[in-house]
Amino acid sequence: MATGNRPLSPHLQVYRPQITSILSITHRATGVGLAVGALGLAYWLNAAAYGAGAFDRAQAIFSSLIGTILLIGFTFALFFHLCNGVRHLFWDTGRGFEMVQLRASGWAVVLISLGLTAVTWLIVLAG
Amino acid sequence: MVEFNLPKNSKVKKGKTYKAKDGAKNTRRFQVYRYDEDTGENPRVDTYEVDMDSCGPMVLDALIKIKDEIDPTLTFRRSCREGVCGSCAMNVDGTNELACIKDLNEIKGDVKVYPLPHMPVLKDLVPDLTHAYAQYASVQPWVQADTPAPGKERLQSPEERAKLDGLWECVLCFCCTTSCPSYWGNSDRYLGPATLLQSFRWIADSRDENTGERLDNLEDPFRLYRCHTIMNCTNTCPKSLNPGKAIGETKKLLAQRR
Repeated sequence: MATGNRPLSPHLQVYRPQITSILSITHRATGVGLAVGALGLAYWLNAAAYGAGAFDRAQAIFSSLIGTILLIGFTFALFFHLCNGVRHLFWDTGRGFEMVQLRASGWAVVLISLGLTAVTWLIVLAG
Repeated sequence: MVEFNLPKNSKVKKGKTYKAKDGAKNTRRFQVYRYDEDTGENPRVDTYEVDMDSCGPMVLDALIKIKDEIDPTLTFRRSCREGVCGSCAMNVDGTNELACIKDLNEIKGDVKVYPLPHMPVLKDLVPDLTHAYAQYASVQPWVQADTPAPGKERLQSPEERAKLDGLWECVLCFCCTTSCPSYWGNSDRYLGPATLLQSFRWIADSRDENTGERLDNLEDPFRLYRCHTIMNCTNTCPKSLNPGKAIGETKKLLAQRR
């Protein structure tokens, strides 16, 4: 907003973080994370097509400690973006706009995406 | 482009502290945003210790007490003191409220009072709403009909009238609009939740015959679609209305008429 010589009142500096805004910014952040992560997926597939040596190198990167942490983060981003995307689809039909529903669906998204991430990695690490 | 930090002239400095009078037993600290153009200085936060034993229950009561008894230069808008005029909208304890109906008992610790967020400040707690009002005017908030006036009232069934409940109660305080992070970033072109709720109030009115044109004017990447369903608006509305839902209904109408 153009304010001329007038000061701009504080916004992010004073506004209390809340379930509404936190989930929204997380949706955007996970979206960006997925876009970046898709590059990693492309690299992995390319390495597989390129040959055994390249694929071994890719596998080594992804199975290192940092690689594993990034993959877990990618998995969470995927499930969060998916679940919150379903929430957006309900909104698009005009449903779920009451504050009680918003809080319930918001926390459901958090818990379900954390749960799916945990289940996925239990299966991966056990197998 | 979105700017996360405040501009240089807007950074908030530490201000003065006004101690309570000796003998006051039940005091509470109020941290209040202050800005005076005439001093040429940056905004600051002053701290007032208020004797709660002689103070009313609402945030506005405390502000009036500060202005009356401690610091007459403190400036804020107020009128009805019962939540129907929308004048005393401000940021209290981190969310936007009407100070007159915000109970001090609901706030823990020091009471922090700022003007509505991300607006030009005229003085202290008074933001410049010129742009927000112009956006409101741009949705032409009145009944528009091509059919000739019937010579008496344009009638509505009780069911048609009921569709306006939850919309007509808006007092245009702009608490919702200034709670919206998308409005913070795009207020030059995004209309914001208050204006969009008002816009839907006329779209939903059975007496209005200009629905198509109203929707045409909203079908724009910025005016309507900068709403990302963040829902800070509905969370903060002091009248418990649902601007986010009104925007969702508007988007649905636009999708359905394709």
